[in-house]
Amino acid sequence: MLEVEKLCVRYGKITAVDGVSFSLNEGELLAIVGANGAGKTSTLNAIMGLVKPHSGRIVFDGVDITHLEPWKRAHMGISIVPEGARPFADMTVIENLEVAAMNIDKAEAKRKMEWVFELFPRLAERKKQLAKTLSGGEKQMLAIARALVGPVKLLIMDEVSLGLMPRLVTEMFKIIERLKREKLTMLLAEQNTKKALQVADKVCVMQNGSIVLEGRPQDLLDSEEIKKAYLGI
Amino acid sequence: MSLDYFLTVSVFSMINMILALSLNILIGYAGQVSLGHAAFFGIGAYASAILTVKLGMGYWPALLLSVFISGLIGLLLGLPALRVREDFLVLATIGVNFVVVSIFNYVKFFGGPYGILGLPRPSLFGHAFTTREYALYVFLWTLVVVFLVHYLSNTYLKLGFDALREDEDAAESVGVSSPRYKMYAFAIAGLLAGLAGNLWAHYMTVVFPDNFSFPVSIGILTMVVIGGVGTLVGPLIGAIIVTILPEVLRFARDYRMLIYGLIIVFTMFFMPKGIVGSIKGLIFGDTPLGKKRVEKVRRIAGAQGRIAGR
Repeated sequence: MLEVEKLCVRYGKITAVDGVSFSLNEGELLAIVGANGAGKTSTLNAIMGLVKPHSGRIVFDGVDITHLEPWKRAHMGISIVPEGARPFADMTVIENLEVAAMNIDKAEAKRKMEWVFELFPRLAERKKQLAKTLSGGEKQMLAIARALVGPVKLLIMDEVSLGLMPRLVTEMFKIIERLKREKLTMLLAEQNTKKALQVADKVCVMQNGSIVLEGRPQDLLDSEEIKKAYLGI
Repeated sequence: MSLDYFLTVSVFSMINMILALSLNILIGYAGQVSLGHAAFFGIGAYASAILTVKLGMGYWPALLLSVFISGLIGLLLGLPALRVREDFLVLATIGVNFVVVSIFNYVKFFGGPYGILGLPRPSLFGHAFTTREYALYVFLWTLVVVFLVHYLSNTYLKLGFDALREDEDAAESVGVSSPRYKMYAFAIAGLLAGLAGNLWAHYMTVVFPDNFSFPVSIGILTMVVIGGVGTLVGPLIGAIIVTILPEVLRFARDYRMLIYGLIIVFTMFFMPKGIVGSIKGLIFGDTPLGKKRVEKVRRIAGAQGRIAGR
């Protein structure tokens, strides 16, 4: 479904992503883990089209999308939960969702709305509330709900657990597990390595803009050296 | 106060309402800050002046064409907005205003500094509108524009504008095409400002380049900001205040503009969200004063709940 080939992202003279390659099949969950500044967010933003790659190739559903605008990628089914949630602050919860549902037909939009309100009942209670008045956890829920309401085939999540209290982190990962059971393809960037490894089918460890390790979570967890050196667990 | 004077101030107020609503679509709805809105106002006025005076066209086809032309040019002048954001967009729109006024000033076809004189008043069945009829005509257009903007406020287009204003990257990543929505905003704003220009030009029956210069753009922005950016009623109130205040202050003679400026500064100081925005804040608790009021209401409601529960 997604193929990333030798992706490079540069900000001026600084190389944030340096020749990253990986692929993701339908229904899989790939977790990219690594420390701050490893290049996770830049990789995800390049896939969404929010930053322009310096070189490399991104192919989604057999189509080269390397230079496609983000909104066209969204129409194709790529959806992102950005770092820090970034809901539309001065719009209500329902308006945040309606914007994302503009690209699908009304019946489908209604079905999806019901689905996300079932996933996040707390959002249903706050439909008419401005997004800026929500708590941190609710904002994160809204960002995930907004990403799910569109014509999503690939869900990209950037640090969904960042800044949330442990109970909410557990809740977020339960949602991710449920989405996985529903066969949604997901790409997850996480600093919470332990949680990410519990849900992922494949893991890429990034360091200084490159992938230094990749494999199945269990393979990585079996090696004490890898756990200490790269995963910090 | 003579009736003619009252009607003239009313016509200017209503034209300014249309202008303020049109700029509000750009700034308040789509978040595209423009400091060159008088350019679109001028394009509507000059297009109609050229069509009626130089090309001898009747008022009604000239009305349609001039509004269409200003919308189209609005669309073209919106192109810089596709490449630049925020501060750079502001500078680009100021530049557009200066370029348009310079063209009016220095290209002979546009009449130069002497402008174009002798624009006809609209007529129906051979009867040219009197000042009173023209005021009614402008009133009807104002109602139409208010209705259209209200209608627009409840469409998906407005949702797209809102998302664009809030966070362009986030909007793009949920499928909102920012170039398309920016162009829509510039085209609609251009159309409405062009209509205001047409109404103004045929009321004054003359057009000069200075009527559409940069300070006029600042005046339109003032109306929107004072009334309340992003609201429907705010720009209407702002337009009335900015039009009427200098007239009310005539008694102050030489100090008129000084007092006018001070009132605007104080309004913005105490009501940074504009009049309508601040009233909303007071009701819904967005401002410090409003927060206190909402907390008080909650306390009272809570106390009543406890009493009822007992």
